[in-house]
Amino acid sequence: MLDFYAVDRLLTAEQRAIRDTVREFVDAEIIPQVRGWWDRHEFPAAIKGRYGALGLFGANLPEEYGCAGVDSIAYGLINYELERGDSGLRSFASVQGALVMYPIYAYGSEEQRRRYLPELAAGRLIGCFGLTESDGGSDPGAMRARARRDGDGWVLNGAKMWITNSPLADIAVVWAKDDEGIVRGFIVPTDTPGFSAPIIESKMSLRASCTGEIVLQDCRVGPEAILPEAKGLKSPLGCLTQARYGISWGALGALEAVYSCARDYATTRTTFGKPIAGRQLVQDKLVRMLTDHSLGLLMAHQLGTLKDAKKMTFAQVSMAKRNNVRVALNGARAAREILGGNGITTEYPVIRHMLNLETVDTYEGTHDIHTMIVGREITGVGALE
Amino acid sequence: MRILVCVKQVPDPNTVEYQIDPDTKRLVRDGVTNVLDPGAEVALEAALQLAEVDGDSTVTVVAMGPEDAEDALRRALAMGATDGALITDDGLAGSDALGTAKALAATIKELGFDIIFCATESTDGYTGMVPGMVAELLGIPHLSFVRSLEVRDGVLTGQRVVALGYQTVQCPLPLLVAIASGSHEPRYPALKGIMAAKRKKVEEYNLADLGLAAGDAGESGARERVLELRAVEERQAGTIVEDDGTGAAQIAALLRQRGVI
Repeated sequence: MLDFYAVDRLLTAEQRAIRDTVREFVDAEIIPQVRGWWDRHEFPAAIKGRYGALGLFGANLPEEYGCAGVDSIAYGLINYELERGDSGLRSFASVQGALVMYPIYAYGSEEQRRRYLPELAAGRLIGCFGLTESDGGSDPGAMRARARRDGDGWVLNGAKMWITNSPLADIAVVWAKDDEGIVRGFIVPTDTPGFSAPIIESKMSLRASCTGEIVLQDCRVGPEAILPEAKGLKSPLGCLTQARYGISWGALGALEAVYSCARDYATTRTTFGKPIAGRQLVQDKLVRMLTDHSLGLLMAHQLGTLKDAKKMTFAQVSMAKRNNVRVALNGARAAREILGGNGITTEYPVIRHMLNLETVDTYEGTHDIHTMIVGREITGVGALE
Repeated sequence: MRILVCVKQVPDPNTVEYQIDPDTKRLVRDGVTNVLDPGAEVALEAALQLAEVDGDSTVTVVAMGPEDAEDALRRALAMGATDGALITDDGLAGSDALGTAKALAATIKELGFDIIFCATESTDGYTGMVPGMVAELLGIPHLSFVRSLEVRDGVLTGQRVVALGYQTVQCPLPLLVAIASGSHEPRYPALKGIMAAKRKKVEEYNLADLGLAAGDAGESGARERVLELRAVEERQAGTIVEDDGTGAAQIAALLRQRGVI
């Protein structure tokens, strides 16, 4: 692990062991193949079972539901290592864990937890999270999706956009406003009549991840589908806080990948009689990348410490997501520049990470939205409203 | 079935450039990343697979080394071993292969066993002598270079790697098998395994616990002495034959000159 500031010394033996096992897995089973998957715009379906066997789905949820029960720092390290492989393949696990398993765990009934969590943890069921709509992802309160009472069940109507995993999911956690205008959450099996999930083709980012829409047309679900404890927008936003926490670690994994590639390239690529690593402008780029990585890792580690102590605030998560993803994106762009023409081919991992990070910078709260969340926190004056 | 696996902690062969201390002529183990020997992982994988087939087995991992060798045992426990035993004593430093085998055999006697798994050789010392010595000290058969095995009604049937192919052998338990390198793909420790490993028991043994005296193991008991260590001489550059139409004839002449053809 790239670790200029010896964060490793702050880790427990379990945290190191978990990082090492995921790192070995990513080195052996993701990195050698990811270029092909990405180039072919292909989600590697077999990875579901591998993630499940390793315990990567919802790893921070309790063991009694079939999960590993790791602490927040270990959970962050898992995301770091997965995204060192590819942001899309980290997203796959993040959505399953933070956006499907977490809401079932946090807002679901005990029966829903027992029914779904062990299956999702093992990768036998795959889930997706339907919150964003096409008219504006940054303003989820303006959602149009509706849940109408119908006898003891509900009828769902609406359309969701940019939904990771939706075309391959077995269940969807869908958010819709009820007759009183309150946001409610539902677990919808994707084979329910009225549910469809068209795939979104031709992405130039997260190409090893499967993205789609969710279309709900008079989709009737029974009373067992509603998440009883989810009432209001704070429930889906609570899920996003979990996912953003993981992203603040994950982006640094991508930064490690592009930094390591650029440094190795710079030390072997010779122009005007010496390696370009010996040029001040190249060293400046590499040092900026490493400094950003070190600062980001220290921030992520402290964020994890606060999370386990139940002292973490959503504004702190916003700052970490905003900073760590943007420095990773900037680092990827700098690495692309160091690699020159070679930086634009997927033969090297840099352009793949760079294009992936364009999405990561936007999803789960855009860079600008997080600026305004932190801005509101420090000034007391909201710029979003 | 009570399955024992002898494992070892070694400097990580993937990241550490092995250095020899010129004074002690021992491998430098301090200040480097140490890991569970990849060869031992292969033996452990074979043992875990046997335990899974049997369904009613325990797998105990046994290591000799400094106290931090417990990290290697924890890795083995995370992979699925049931419990562990760590033989650690300052008096064991500098043990030769026979001293190591005595300490392992004494511990294994304490623990009891039906079958013992070892790697064919360790990735640092490469003597390959310890498995045979342990078997001899315990008075049990030793099957070397085993690539596959099954146990039915107290009898092991396995394939050994031999010079011209594979030899199928049978042997009643108890026995010791040394697993051929590369014959089994070690599993990754799953996250649940890592979390469970910290709660698994690792029993510590010292020389006194095992009824061994200072002269039985450790430097004072070592009958094997490393007299000299030298770097391997760098090979001379080969002859490059440029094909100007007579390349094949030139190569044939070279081979003939060296008595190959």
